[in-house]
Amino acid sequence: MQTKLSVSHLFKIFGGNISATLQLLREGKSKQEILAATGATVGVQDASFQVEEGEIFVVMGLSGSGKSTLVRMLNGLITPSAGQILIDGEDVAQADKAALRRIRRQKISMIFQHFALFPHWTVADNVAYGLKVRGVPPAQRRARALEVLEQVGLAPWADSLPSDLSGGMQQRVGLARGLAAEPDILLMDEPFGALDPLIRREMQMELLNLQKTLKKTIVFITHDLNEALLLGGRIAIMKDGRIVQTGTAQEIVTAPADDYVAAFVADIDRGRVFTADDVCSAPVTIPLQGTSVRDALRIMEQGGAHALYVMEGERVAGVVTYRDLAASELEGGAAPTTLQQAMITEFPTASAGTSLHDLYGPAGAGLPIAVTDDRDRLLAVVQPGDVLAHLSGDAAPADAAAPAPITEETDDQPR
Amino acid sequence: MISPADLATLPFDDWVNAFVRGWLVPNFRPTFRAAQVPISTVLGWLDTFFRFVPMIVMTAAFAAAAWKTAGRGMAIFTLLGFAFIDMIGLWNDTMTTLAMIVTSVLFCAVMGIPAGILAARSDTVWRIMRPVLDIMQTIPSFVYLVPIVMLFGVGMAPGIIATIVFALPPVVRLTNLGIRNVRGDLIEAAEAFGSTGWQMLWDLQLPLALRTIMAGLNQTLMLALSMVVIAALIGAGGLGLVVNTGLGRLDVGGATAGGVGIVILAIVLDRITQGLAERTNVGKLSLGQALANLFRLRGSSAAAETKKAG
Ligand SMILES: Nc1ncnc2c1ncn2[C@@H]1O[C@H](COP(=O)(O)OP(=O)(O)OP(=O)(O)O)[C@@H](O)[C@H]1O
Ligand SMILES: [Mg+2]
Repeated sequence: MQTKLSVSHLFKIFGGNISATLQLLREGKSKQEILAATGATVGVQDASFQVEEGEIFVVMGLSGSGKSTLVRMLNGLITPSAGQILIDGEDVAQADKAALRRIRRQKISMIFQHFALFPHWTVADNVAYGLKVRGVPPAQRRARALEVLEQVGLAPWADSLPSDLSGGMQQRVGLARGLAAEPDILLMDEPFGALDPLIRREMQMELLNLQKTLKKTIVFITHDLNEALLLGGRIAIMKDGRIVQTGTAQEIVTAPADDYVAAFVADIDRGRVFTADDVCSAPVTIPLQGTSVRDALRIMEQGGAHALYVMEGERVAGVVTYRDLAASELEGGAAPTTLQQAMITEFPTASAGTSLHDLYGPAGAGLPIAVTDDRDRLLAVVQPGDVLAHLSGDAAPADAAAPAPITEETDDQPR
Repeated sequence: MISPADLATLPFDDWVNAFVRGWLVPNFRPTFRAAQVPISTVLGWLDTFFRFVPMIVMTAAFAAAAWKTAGRGMAIFTLLGFAFIDMIGLWNDTMTTLAMIVTSVLFCAVMGIPAGILAARSDTVWRIMRPVLDIMQTIPSFVYLVPIVMLFGVGMAPGIIATIVFALPPVVRLTNLGIRNVRGDLIEAAEAFGSTGWQMLWDLQLPLALRTIMAGLNQTLMLALSMVVIAALIGAGGLGLVVNTGLGRLDVGGATAGGVGIVILAIVLDRITQGLAERTNVGKLSLGQALANLFRLRGSSAAAETKKAG
């Protein structure tokens, strides 16, 4: 993959003497100290990151941490105080007005928290705005607007006014307006922040859905951690204008860089971060043919397991539980039961990428969950207890998973 | 008691005299004379046109406009009011006054709206413009009548210039206000899509500020009407002259008739323009449409008649 957007050592100081403030920052003074001493507000300090083509890069942080400032520097709405922003090798931070206009018209669109639709124009005219600015003739831009509206499911509303639409629909228009100009990069500043939770969820799904075909490079601002987890490949966490950690959701949750990040991810929906892969263990199996009930019981007793997967060649035939087998042993003295009879064939399965969230239901059945690959071969099993322990966050991450040594290392890192 | 006047007296009036009579008038009189040409031209056209259109047609046009913008009651008032003016023999004077008012408002709009736009775009321009507008509004109009006569002479055009000085501030102020009040995130959005300053002005700022600008024009119109009598002192004709003549001859009847004419005209114009401003529903109208409406009501009579309310 190719780097689309590369930001290095980006600063934004509001007010005051910029070079003096940069000097203070270099001396390690904090945002608060600088504000008290010079009256200058540090918006963003020393931000560096790269966004690959087609990636959704999420920026998170508390209110006032500089997210909006950061994202507005990317399209030059705010002029950086220092640093470099390369888009396809062109430095936005150094661009003059004409160059900035060209970049905004062709490469970058923005989607706003409060939609920012023009109230006096119809939905279609709003969507076509980027094209109008570029000088595309009316018939052509209307055609394109209708095409994009079709994509976001709003074609029937093309000639309504934005005020006739619900919040969720208005933001679809905002999204369509961003997409109509066919930019490479979408900047989204808390685009779903003003929507109620149900609609927000729907919009997130819609975005992911569109992204499958569009493959835009997206910089997505949010302060909803679960939204970040759902959308983001990589997440950058900001504090006082600094990016304190960049990484995937798993990386950040398992190894938070500092207390701020740890506090941030404390109330995370772990069920969405971790997958079956993180909690599974190597399966202990027995073949269907040639294993007696008594053998199975013995194996379980030795391994401390309360259920075993029964294999029929490469295929999983079913699962037997200690309780069932022991019970049948006790009563069936005369005619000894076979594994075949005691076996439960309706067993829960999952793939390695299934989130813990989705494992929660199957785990309720009490049976170990079979993790299979796309050809139905058993890769591992997930013990119900491990799902619950991991969801609550007190289990060591991936305690029984295959790459054991790595797990131990991450475990030792400070929390 | 000691007072500053014991220490020194300043011949302030002499200074002003020296400045205006000694420097401004001899050097710039021709320039100022030339500057009033566009005003006289427009006024001439309008005056001819308004007098040319038969009274019945004019009244019908105004009544239709009043119906469309302010409702049936206002339409009836317009019919009765204009008929009354005609019956007391002041129709021609009223049309002259109307031509003057329209000319003043037209020039106020042509100068004031761009000035307001400039002021909205730059804090520095606004900082300079604001005290100037304050002075224009607070200085008693009699004070600048004298220099205006010296520079422009007497007549209709100087009267309109005095009117413009007095009536200009609201449209500048409200244009500035309307544009500055356009939501910041909309401006940001326009900018984020790479619009130029002109595109932003035309697509976003003017349409969204239109309602406020119209309110400003309405105020300007009312101020212009209130200058009618004063402007007549320096040779502007129309209803103002009727009032002044009545005053000079202690002719209570004549002065009252002129005054009533002004009041009827003021009420009609005020309601129509106010209705227009209110109907400039930001959600529904494009700038072009709204301006078309405006000119339909101002200018031609036929279009307003055919166009029904709704
Ligand atoms: N135009 C400005 N002038 C001065 N200070 C500003 C300006 N814009 C932002 N700031 C300051 O910069 C810091 C970062 O603001 P920013 O809006 O980027 O935060 P944010 O992370 O987007 O917050 P939120 O989640 O509330 O949107 C804040 O301390 C803010 O007060
Ligand atoms: Mg913000």
